[in-house]
Amino acid sequence: MPTVKSLEDLKRIRDEALKKRDIRSIESRVQIVVAMGTPGIAAGARDTLKEILTIIEQRNLTEITVRQTGNMGLDSWEPVVQVITGSATTTYGRVTPFAAREIMEKHVIGGAVVTEYVIPG
Amino acid sequence: MKEIALHLLDLAENSVSARATRVRIDVLEDFRTDRLAVSVEDNGVGMSEETVRQVTDPFFTSRTTRNVGLGIPLLKSCAEMCSGGLRVISNPGAGTRVEATFQHSHIDRMPLGDLTATFLTLTLAHPDVHWIFTYTYAPPFKSAPHVFEFDDQPIKAALDGFPLTHPDVIAYVRTTLEEGLAEARR
Repeated sequence: MPTVKSLEDLKRIRDEALKKRDIRSIESRVQIVVAMGTPGIAAGARDTLKEILTIIEQRNLTEITVRQTGNMGLDSWEPVVQVITGSATTTYGRVTPFAAREIMEKHVIGGAVVTEYVIPG
Repeated sequence: MKEIALHLLDLAENSVSARATRVRIDVLEDFRTDRLAVSVEDNGVGMSEETVRQVTDPFFTSRTTRNVGLGIPLLKSCAEMCSGGLRVISNPGAGTRVEATFQHSHIDRMPLGDLTATFLTLTLAHPDVHWIFTYTYAPPFKSAPHVFEFDDQPIKAALDGFPLTHPDVIAYVRTTLEEGLAEARR
């Protein structure tokens, strides 16, 4: 991965990525949402999110967007992370950075839900 | 919460919940006066005088899902325990500013923590908010303070809607923050 040093480099990365694909497909394939209310932060959600960003960077994963949201009302399950692929939403609980790595490898990259972290409906 | 950086994240989340479109976080480590001062200022919906009074009360929250909001009261008691304090300035429609100060050398002061992680996650995972972060390191004696300022607007303008969580963009923002903070502390 080339080192990005300036805003000009950022523009170039953007243009190259857009050239490779049709504009619409820049819509991400997977959306990841991390609950970042007070209970989430207290339970370690920031470091979980940082781990997710680190994996995206290390594994060079494009087509993923990550958002943070407020409290989801699942306090005893924090940190809570949702993985949204197409119309399917999976809600994971007690997602430590370690669990996040497993979810990234198996679900986001591999396409298989990691049942042991899924919050039972 | 064991880091001041996590409290800053929590306060910034409050700003986003208050529909802020611009949030500024300032951190000052001042070794000349032995103070650590942090503030979060937003242009969100703001609060009435009464709400400001209640906001440091642990049994007050405007949220309806749960009836205990502990973020600000905890930060306030930590600051007061460390010969500092917490102040909330707000006006309905004009936004909110929360400031906390600590005696830098106080034995009970929690560590500043991972500012890069807090700034990185806010910038990348709240793409619709304009973030400005400053970190000022004022060394003892007479040398001038070192200031690092990060404004995400030029980055977001250059990307023009392109996802911020693209791996190369993450790398760019992360190294900009890491190197900027390290440089200011040198």
